[in-house]
Amino acid sequence: MSEMTEQEARLVGHLAEMEEDEGIDLAKKMLLEEGADPMRVLELCRAAMDIVGKKFEDGEYFLPELVLAGEMLDTIGAIAKPLIKNAPGEEPRKLGKVLIGTVHGDLHDIGKNIVSFMLDINGFEVKDIGIDVPAATFVSEIEAFKPDVVGLSGFLTLAFDSMKETIATIDKAGLRSDLKIMIGGGQIDETVRAYTGADAFGVNAVEAVSLCKGWMGVNA
Amino acid sequence: MSAVVEAPANAKAAYDARWQRIMDCVALRQPDRMPATLFGTFWLAKYAGVSYKQLMYDLDGTAEIAERAVLELDPDTVSPLVLQTAMGPTLDATGYKQVQWPGQGVGDNQPYQYLDREYMPPEEYDDFLFDPTGYYLRVYLPRVMGAFEGFSEFPNIAGGFYFRLFANVRGFLNPALQDSWARVQKAGQVSQELAEHNNRFVARMAELGYPMGNIATSGAPFDVLGDYFRGARGILTDMRRRGDKLLEACDKMRRLLVKQVVPAAKAAGNPIVFIPLHWAPDAFMSQDQFKTYWWPSFRQMMLDLIAEDLIPMPMWESDCTKRLEIIQDIPKGKAIYWFERADIVRAREVLGDTVALRGNVSPSTLTTGTPEDVDAAVKYIVDNVWNNGGRIILDAAFGLPDETPVENVRAMFRAARKYAG
Repeated sequence: MSEMTEQEARLVGHLAEMEEDEGIDLAKKMLLEEGADPMRVLELCRAAMDIVGKKFEDGEYFLPELVLAGEMLDTIGAIAKPLIKNAPGEEPRKLGKVLIGTVHGDLHDIGKNIVSFMLDINGFEVKDIGIDVPAATFVSEIEAFKPDVVGLSGFLTLAFDSMKETIATIDKAGLRSDLKIMIGGGQIDETVRAYTGADAFGVNAVEAVSLCKGWMGVNA
Repeated sequence: MSAVVEAPANAKAAYDARWQRIMDCVALRQPDRMPATLFGTFWLAKYAGVSYKQLMYDLDGTAEIAERAVLELDPDTVSPLVLQTAMGPTLDATGYKQVQWPGQGVGDNQPYQYLDREYMPPEEYDDFLFDPTGYYLRVYLPRVMGAFEGFSEFPNIAGGFYFRLFANVRGFLNPALQDSWARVQKAGQVSQELAEHNNRFVARMAELGYPMGNIATSGAPFDVLGDYFRGARGILTDMRRRGDKLLEACDKMRRLLVKQVVPAAKAAGNPIVFIPLHWAPDAFMSQDQFKTYWWPSFRQMMLDLIAEDLIPMPMWESDCTKRLEIIQDIPKGKAIYWFERADIVRAREVLGDTVALRGNVSPSTLTTGTPEDVDAAVKYIVDNVWNNGGRIILDAAFGLPDETPVENVRAMFRAARKYAG
């Protein structure tokens, strides 16, 4: 991104350092009082999220910071987006498309949400299709979205069978060869990966990003 | 129904020997053999070929299945198998809203699904802190249990005095409150039946020679606030937004939890207090956050229980390997640490002279592996923990996963005897 003014750098700093009140107040002032370009403010938010993601990868930030960063982003986005007058410029090219969801029978979503967030700030186009997703829905979503990677999430042990069934259904629909499948969740390990037939598993969001980057031929 | 099994003549001696193995582990002495424990929830359905829903609602049937499993597997201790599943009538009667269960919200063969929601918005922290009982009665219970809906009209009795006390009494005539009273009384009866059922199961197990691995259960202050009050997003952001308030609430919750579980454990006649933990894992928060927000109130809670001659048995969910040095800071020989995914070998190295260990045959091996895989997993624990002087109670990582093939469970108990006495 282009060079930042002192004020812009301050906004990025507040958001990256979890100074929520200062960050939101400054963003509001820039957008509502000073007429800052909303696209530019969103770009600054993204720069701040890049720092947050890096700190998460480095083990400095954990779930509290990712959740708070996401909420700050939502708050500023809700103010900025209605102010966008012109058609947005061309979106930066994404590294790849990832379809993600929690398999059927399982309602857990925190891990999935964190993985989505980390993939998004790392340059992937992510479509999150929610929780308790039937195998057939994965298939129709794959046909429509044409992802490079499918992420299956699950926390309960029943998810092992749901993942296996979902992967078999994707396979049967003839979609398996065009994409990679990764699985993740509290109980997932190599034994489960082999059982389900997934291409890979990850135990956290950083591993998920690294897998996707690897598959897309990007340096992790 | 299978025929009623006669209690063996040596049941009392067998009971004492089994219990002594657990107490030896707690006291950091190695017992005569590695104890193995049976802890299951809906696995009993797999065992008997019935639906999860049937376990939830058929109390006698569940007790019969549980007894059959215990007699076949011959564990050293048994979890309150009836209490863990046969809650359907009680959940129905109370109109409980924080979980879905087989037959209510999820399919007949799906396990409990806890519903992560914000049950207490942040602005209510002060109400909870000022008067927790009033908050429970008028706000929290009506929110999480349908039977208590009318309790939102509960008269404001605190602050009443002299003739003002009488003025408040007519508030109890409120129709919504009266309606709730009736529902709560009915729910109380159903809950009493479950308690009596559990008591009969505990007595029957004792008659057959099997002590309970625990009866009383509690939670860690931070986890209770996170899971059942603030919700995941709330508790995570509270650490950043209102850390002091969160700490104050953890301390208050700790005192409430202790006040509740101490008499419950004493009445049950079993000193082990099972405390499944949720928010402690390495991946959830930083070491500093853990040391500041999570650990102090839980450590104090364990000290409070120990002071009452109770034995805390936290189950450290997920991987807590990085926390081992921190959680070592409790009195020696007073607790059982049950690990789900933490490295049990490293746990022995760090904690072996402080607490008894419990665990942790992997859920993936149990559910997707062969009996030979399970045998090898138990042998690994025996070779690397038990044979190194480890005081370990063998169990699956969080009790038996519901889907575990019965042959694999048999293999787990067989391997315990084969490799460790």
